[in-house]
Amino acid sequence: MRTIFFIPLALFLFFAGLAGYMLTQEKDQTVASAMIDKSLPEFNLEPAYDGLPGASRRDFIGGEPKLLNVWASWCLPCIAEAPQLETLKERGVEIIGIAIRDKPEDVANFLARHGNPYTRIGADDISALQIEIGAAGVPETFVIDGDGNIRYQHIGDIRENDVPKLLQILEDVR
Amino acid sequence: MIAEVGLAALWLATALAILQLVAGVLGLKTSDARMAAFSTYARQAAVVQAFLAVLSFGLLLWAFAITDLSIKLVATNSHSMKPLIYKLTGTWGNHEGSMLLWVAVLALSGGLLAGLERRLQERTMSATLAVQGFVALGFYAFLLLSSNPFERLPIPAFEGSGLNPLLQDIGLAIHPPTLYVGYVGLSVAFSLAMGALTTKQVTPDFAKVMRPWVLFAWVFLTLGITAGSYWAYYELGWGGWWFWDPVENASLMPWLAATALLHSVSVLAARDALRTWTIMLGVLAFSMSMLGTFLVRSGVLTSVHAFAVDPERGTFILVLLGLYIGGSLAIFAVRASSIAEGKRFSATSREGALVFNNVMLSAILAIVLLGTLYPLLTEAFDVRVSVGPPYFNPAGAIFAVPMFLVMAVGPLLRWKNDKPARIKVELVLIASILIGAVVLIAVLGDYSVLAVLGLALSVALGAAAFLPLRGRKIGRTPLSTWGMIMAHLGVAVSLFGMASESAFTQERLAAVAPGTTEEIAGWTVTLDSVDPVAGPNWTAIEARLSASRNGGEAISLTPQARNFWAPSQATSESALITRWDGQLYAVIGDTAGIDAEGNQRWQLRIWWKPFVTFIWYGGLLISLGGILAIIGRVRVDLRRRRAVQLGNERRADQAALEETASPPKAEPEPV
Repeated sequence: MRTIFFIPLALFLFFAGLAGYMLTQEKDQTVASAMIDKSLPEFNLEPAYDGLPGASRRDFIGGEPKLLNVWASWCLPCIAEAPQLETLKERGVEIIGIAIRDKPEDVANFLARHGNPYTRIGADDISALQIEIGAAGVPETFVIDGDGNIRYQHIGDIRENDVPKLLQILEDVR
Repeated sequence: MIAEVGLAALWLATALAILQLVAGVLGLKTSDARMAAFSTYARQAAVVQAFLAVLSFGLLLWAFAITDLSIKLVATNSHSMKPLIYKLTGTWGNHEGSMLLWVAVLALSGGLLAGLERRLQERTMSATLAVQGFVALGFYAFLLLSSNPFERLPIPAFEGSGLNPLLQDIGLAIHPPTLYVGYVGLSVAFSLAMGALTTKQVTPDFAKVMRPWVLFAWVFLTLGITAGSYWAYYELGWGGWWFWDPVENASLMPWLAATALLHSVSVLAARDALRTWTIMLGVLAFSMSMLGTFLVRSGVLTSVHAFAVDPERGTFILVLLGLYIGGSLAIFAVRASSIAEGKRFSATSREGALVFNNVMLSAILAIVLLGTLYPLLTEAFDVRVSVGPPYFNPAGAIFAVPMFLVMAVGPLLRWKNDKPARIKVELVLIASILIGAVVLIAVLGDYSVLAVLGLALSVALGAAAFLPLRGRKIGRTPLSTWGMIMAHLGVAVSLFGMASESAFTQERLAAVAPGTTEEIAGWTVTLDSVDPVAGPNWTAIEARLSASRNGGEAISLTPQARNFWAPSQATSESALITRWDGQLYAVIGDTAGIDAEGNQRWQLRIWWKPFVTFIWYGGLLISLGGILAIIGRVRVDLRRRRAVQLGNERRADQAALEETASPPKAEPEPV
């Protein structure tokens, strides 16, 4: 037996180990916002429907930290996270919604069907604010502190086990 | 009914694969006379299994043809409104169907090997069939346990949910199955290599049995890569013909290994040298095709070809990979030193040149492999990188350039030992063409080093390809030599196309309103109109362009930006005008605002690509060379077989004559 003939086997085992390890790793395909720990940009959005006022940067300044929820009535995961937003609201969290590329009647319809956890909803018809704060899709939820700074970004729908984490972060950034 | 028969056939084929494996292993012990029968069982199991697996695939094909929506696979991948040809190609346009195609081809080639091949020692054949059965078994298990193509829906679907529109193209009808046949051909070479290694029968005879399979696989891989490259070129609408995408690399790597194997198996057949190296390449070539399957199906790497990605299936393939490749490399490690290295030769000989070529091909393979897997390695440390042309092109060229130089000279050398002085004239000729071309191109224009080298090398290689004919009678040159000449010429032609495309391509990107004219490389292209059009399952905006060359007659071009429904997806249909000296390539993009007069403007992208078609003509020539070599080799084999048979008959006649001449011997009394 010559050692040189074991080299291919060794190389292969290294590859197989690496590939096996990578298969077990969850693939993170999300893009984190570059705006985290920066101040919210200036904005002033029209109401998304008749029931609630629109949203602006001013609404985040002062008082408790708030959640900024980027969503849309046409988005299926947004239906999935509606109960969790409801829970957060019951725990006293103020949630300001940004409706992306939506129509007033659809927004009203969605809220009637899946509940309304929001205090304000701004209409972002051309995804301008969405892009400015670095949200790649809907839904995404940002924690904004009392000084109007973006402190945390949650990508995707909020699951039940995300709720305590979000509450903790809201507490921490106080 | 169709689905159940297909599934039953698949299960039966699996049972036969087990029989083939067990009988093959038992047949290895031919010292026991009764055991010899097992080898026959293994052969028969392989033949019947081939029939069953092909039947199973045929039935799935039928289910797709009639759009049987009670079968889950058909419902998820087909649509009743689709043209028949795309219904059929849809059979293998998905994970399950393509795996079934794979096992059908695997079983078919196993059956052919078992049914037709009689030159190998029966022990080696037994071992080969056992390995083949083992490989097939893994894929059957994969199909039946994790990706059953015949699964029924509890309630038949009302309508199918389509096929990826990018794949709704005639390129799909050719490209993947061609590659699959190539991959599977390599699996036969792998089984043969492992069989010969097990029985330590790595001989020229074994090489002669292996060679047609390697050639066959290599021809199909070449065609598959050529077709795939052209498909990506006109279908993706990016104007490029090779992107160094992981999945493209996955098809290139087995080709590189097969090319090396092809040359080393020839050395083994002709000179009984390079034994361990040939076995190693046999394992490597199949490993690369398995690795390709793994990378494509598991989704561990990010690729534009992200189809049927599923980590669970990835795990399954990784386990198969570990069994086949890990197992064979372990056997190789233990056994390789027991095969003597074979005959010696000097560095300046045909073998010497082939070894050099082999080492260079392997180095290029290592470069591509490293570049493909590097992102996987860095991602393990949470760093995301993307490896592209700036790495692959120069790193590959470092080894490709010397390889091409030796390739020009190698076929002129004699076996075993030769003196460069003998081929002085040819050497001077090749060198002067090369230097002349470099100087001429460098004077004519300002091009990149690689492009200049590529152009000059292609000219020199093209001329050198014909030099082996010198001193031969054209009519008496063996067909396999013609094959080599064609294939080497094909490499030169392809290289010329690549270098020309990269050196001389002109591009124009403009936002234009209907009525505007753009100029590019002597072509005048006018946007006449942009209109909506509709197809059977898509709508599109179609640009009408008229292009005329140097004021000649106007030719109409209609690139489209298509929107498919079911599933909804946007694609870009490029429009091409092919001339002998290049292609005009046009793509229509999105709207681009409104011009001063209030007309709608569109993004229009036009390329003039001189001699770009030579890339694929070269690929076809290379395959043609391979086909000629197969025909030549098989013909010689058949003639030899016939001669041996005639000799045997003559000897038998002689013996019979002698027997009648001498008094008959007394028969022994039966007990």
